[in-house]
Amino acid sequence: MSPRALTAWILGAPGVILIIGFLFQAIAAANSSFFFTWGYYAEVLIAGLLQGVMYSLVALGFVLIFKASGVFNFAQGSLVLFAALTMVGLMEMGLHWVLALVATTAVLVLVALAVERVVLRPLVNQPQIILFMATIGIFYFLDGFGQTLWGSDVKVLDIGIPRDPIFILPGLVEGGILINQFDLYAAATGGILVAVLAVFFQKTRIGRALRAVADDHQAALSVGIPLKVIWAVVWSVAGFVALIAGIMWGGKLGVQFTLALIALKALPVLILGGFTSIPGAIVGGLIIGAGEQVAEVFLGGFVGGAIQDWFAYMLAMLFLLFRPQGLFGEKIIERV
Amino acid sequence: MSQPLASTADTQPAAETESPLLAVNNIEVIYDHVILVLKGVSLSVPKGGIVALLGANGAGKTTTLKAISNLLRAERGDVTKGSVEFAGESVQHLTPNDLVKRGVIQVMEGRHCFEHLTVEENLMTGAYTRTDGAAAVQQDLEMVYGYFPRLKERRTSQAGYTSGGEQQMTAIGRALMSRPNLILLDEPSMGLAPQLVEQIFEIVKRINEEEGVSILLAEQNTNVALRYARYGYILENGRVVMDGEATALRENEDVKEFYLGLSASGRKSYRDVKHYKRRKRWLA
Repeated sequence: MSPRALTAWILGAPGVILIIGFLFQAIAAANSSFFFTWGYYAEVLIAGLLQGVMYSLVALGFVLIFKASGVFNFAQGSLVLFAALTMVGLMEMGLHWVLALVATTAVLVLVALAVERVVLRPLVNQPQIILFMATIGIFYFLDGFGQTLWGSDVKVLDIGIPRDPIFILPGLVEGGILINQFDLYAAATGGILVAVLAVFFQKTRIGRALRAVADDHQAALSVGIPLKVIWAVVWSVAGFVALIAGIMWGGKLGVQFTLALIALKALPVLILGGFTSIPGAIVGGLIIGAGEQVAEVFLGGFVGGAIQDWFAYMLAMLFLLFRPQGLFGEKIIERV
Repeated sequence: MSQPLASTADTQPAAETESPLLAVNNIEVIYDHVILVLKGVSLSVPKGGIVALLGANGAGKTTTLKAISNLLRAERGDVTKGSVEFAGESVQHLTPNDLVKRGVIQVMEGRHCFEHLTVEENLMTGAYTRTDGAAAVQQDLEMVYGYFPRLKERRTSQAGYTSGGEQQMTAIGRALMSRPNLILLDEPSMGLAPQLVEQIFEIVKRINEEEGVSILLAEQNTNVALRYARYGYILENGRVVMDGEATALRENEDVKEFYLGLSASGRKSYRDVKHYKRRKRWLA
């Protein structure tokens, strides 16, 4: 990203937040039934942003596979469920959560190898729609396989992250701002994960090869980059990201089959951020998380509520109309 | 017409007596199990040589190169007959990855740079298969910048935004980063200004001489190719119809007529040209 674009973001994002705040303040001044204080606004916003990080975590897995193979991996959601189920299952067998984490990662690497061998390799050079259909198959397989293996009861995944809400800045705002500690940990984990991935992609030999494959399969083959290895690596990394997302979402909602459907929330995040961009997945998640929360709390009253359910898709549709490559998607470079 | 065609029998390259670096024996290539593209192509590249593979569009030049580098399989092509030997070993069943490790790398037609990677990252991807340490790779990066000073200036630009000539240089430099013994260079002149073509061929020749890299070159630009290559094969409809020393080919009446656009007896009428073509096909 260019420095100019970066400054635009650093100045623009708080600007938009302030403008929306002042707008609400004006509405509140005109209409006594509209409740608004800056402290409350900040609280809602922060809760939304933290929720957004959770969306980003899921979206990240999609971006990884899309970047390396140009395939929208429909199975990412069930990968999240499968990872969480395996993790809980292992912990129920008495493993410490760190050990369970390592073991689950190993299982996910095996899944990645199997996917490469059984699904991707035989389908090499097929049109992308075929690969997409194959990932739908993987979705149902993983969905069923995980529940066959570990049962379909709702399970509690608890790795000891504190859940009590805390108050911050009691001096600045009356009563302080209420923050869910769990969300805070999830956000921190997401941040670390992204930093690690960024270093991996930019600085390592494998990471560079991954980006090369994303740009041009044929050329990557011609310089001796083995696609098999790259695909296995990408699916493994996507599996690990799914595991982290599974732990966070599972901890929040409980581990159950609807976990696989959070993939649907990742879709608008991807459209907003751009399918090929890791920063895009993060920013997209934040915008959608904060946007739907603020819209629900402040505007929900006007339209009868439940904005949260459709806000993200509405936003995604606007983006498809006006900026189909997303905020950070790679522009298709075309020289004439 | 008075000059006899250079036949395969009497003008074999001298290197044939020792074992050549690359020997392609009578290969047949079929795409998608039905489309017969190569109908028995044989050629050899001596150690340290530059060999040109000439011919019109669709003659089978690129297919021949891909059969050697084994990129064919990714396009549903298959070598159904014949053999490919590199340094005395059969390499038909190796993956492109193994071939690059052994020193055979292809520079694809149309450059195929990684658009969103910087020029330097593009070059570094060429070193993917290397295991001899970062210092050696760094040294080779400087070597590539030595041949292509222009790339050093553009090292941080995204390759997709560089000019066609710069992309061709990046593609050749990237191949060079793998420390190859043999570069399969496909149509390096495509879409470039004549002056730039000359410049790139000049550098290719220097790489050949100074680094001892052998080069098998597929070109439509017969004129340039025959000036830099030492030996040439002419492909037509998936067959080698003529081969010989580059100097001999340049003087050959048929080559002059069909590929260099020259003729000793001035312009010929269309009917004569048609006659020529017919004669040549029969001979082939």
